[in-house]
Amino acid sequence: MRVFWQGAWAVAQKDLRSEVRTKEAFNASFSFSLVILVLFSFAFDPTSEELHSISGGLLWVVFSFAGALILNRSFARELQNDCLDALVSAPIPASALFVGKTLANYALLLLVEIAALAVFAVLYDTHFSKQLWPIVLVILLGTWGMTVIGTMFSALTVNLRMREMMLPTLVYPMLIPALMAAMTLTNDLMSGTALGPGNTIWLRVLTGFDLIYTVLAVVFIDIVLVG
Amino acid sequence: MSSPPPVLGLEIDSVSKYYGDFPALRKIKLHIEPGSTLALLGRNGAGKTTLLRIVAGLSKASEGQVQIAGMDVREESTRRRIGVLGHGISLYDELSAAENLTFFARLYGLNDPVKLADQWLERVGLGRVRDGLVREFSRGMRQRLAVARAFIHEPQVLIFDEPFTALDDRAIAVLQSLLAEAHALDRTIIMSTHQLREALEIATHVALIQRGQLVFSGERTQQMVDDTGWLYRAYGEN
Repeated sequence: MRVFWQGAWAVAQKDLRSEVRTKEAFNASFSFSLVILVLFSFAFDPTSEELHSISGGLLWVVFSFAGALILNRSFARELQNDCLDALVSAPIPASALFVGKTLANYALLLLVEIAALAVFAVLYDTHFSKQLWPIVLVILLGTWGMTVIGTMFSALTVNLRMREMMLPTLVYPMLIPALMAAMTLTNDLMSGTALGPGNTIWLRVLTGFDLIYTVLAVVFIDIVLVG
Repeated sequence: MSSPPPVLGLEIDSVSKYYGDFPALRKIKLHIEPGSTLALLGRNGAGKTTLLRIVAGLSKASEGQVQIAGMDVREESTRRRIGVLGHGISLYDELSAAENLTFFARLYGLNDPVKLADQWLERVGLGRVRDGLVREFSRGMRQRLAVARAFIHEPQVLIFDEPFTALDDRAIAVLQSLLAEAHALDRTIIMSTHQLREALEIATHVALIQRGQLVFSGERTQQMVDDTGWLYRAYGEN
């Protein structure tokens, strides 16, 4: 177990250090989020009640599209200089490599989401304080599901020529249950409805989704990377 | 005092690899004695890289298996004993030389990775640029760093795919001295190459692959060194 976490942590640290130096994925992802949020702020009246009912959808569309830009780079950055070969031949389980990459992507995606939420709060005159912690919980769970599937498919598509196109094509259909749950919960929480019997089913869907896909990804990553 | 690491041999047992219907390797059977140095020869596209990738555990054989000291190459304990230097340098451009080596030392679970990285940087003549980013390095410096990366965990089996290709004089000298040292320590070395002279000088055994099939394997003879084209003329295509 020590080898597993030591390897996963080394990979996560390395990915985050690379990103801090280049800022490639963060800049692309945050700029995209900013553009979408600004454009939609012209399309909707920021003070209307209608906005509360679509805010979950809008936020998760931004998060998932911005996420694809980060996740696409995850394994693709290992192609430069054939670094993937050195990782695969290292004596760490493929699942440790996967978990390390997922943790780095998760941290990065959360950072983009925090920045996007700040912009959203300003442009759409939204206050999260009433349901802050439940919203944080939904974002953490939704982002984890998105990151796990995105990282897995980033590994699966890394050797494809059209990987930038293939990743979203494969990932979004898989994410539908998680996005539905995250959007519904975010809408409820943004409009002031607390977590309760009416919507905890979606929280269970989101948690179940995360657990199932995390286990599947960890089990199958060796086959994905080595064949 | 710790005992020296065991000397490991390599068994390639009827390995075939297909890309779709195309047979890249056909029933390759090869036993590599512990402590020997095998030069894997063959024309471009013969299947050398495919075989080395399977031996290194980077790709799975369609049929057959590869074992090192009786264990599958994908076992973690086996991978710990293998050092691979492929076509690419397998280094991160946006990390410094020291960060690259420290990262790989951590992946191999080595003690004191920072100190070890510094020792290897000195050894390959890159101590003064330890904090320089790899993307700012010359080609020769990058290659020396790649050599340090492949050797940092003191592997008992070394797998090199065309190790001398595009190396500058200094990198060749570094690699040759490390290979000589590894050979003296009874490490098992398998390398594919087109640089026949350099390879045959250090090889103890030779294997020739032609269109995915092993057409010759045996001990290196003086005739091969004196006339580097002999093997291709005798067994290969004209």
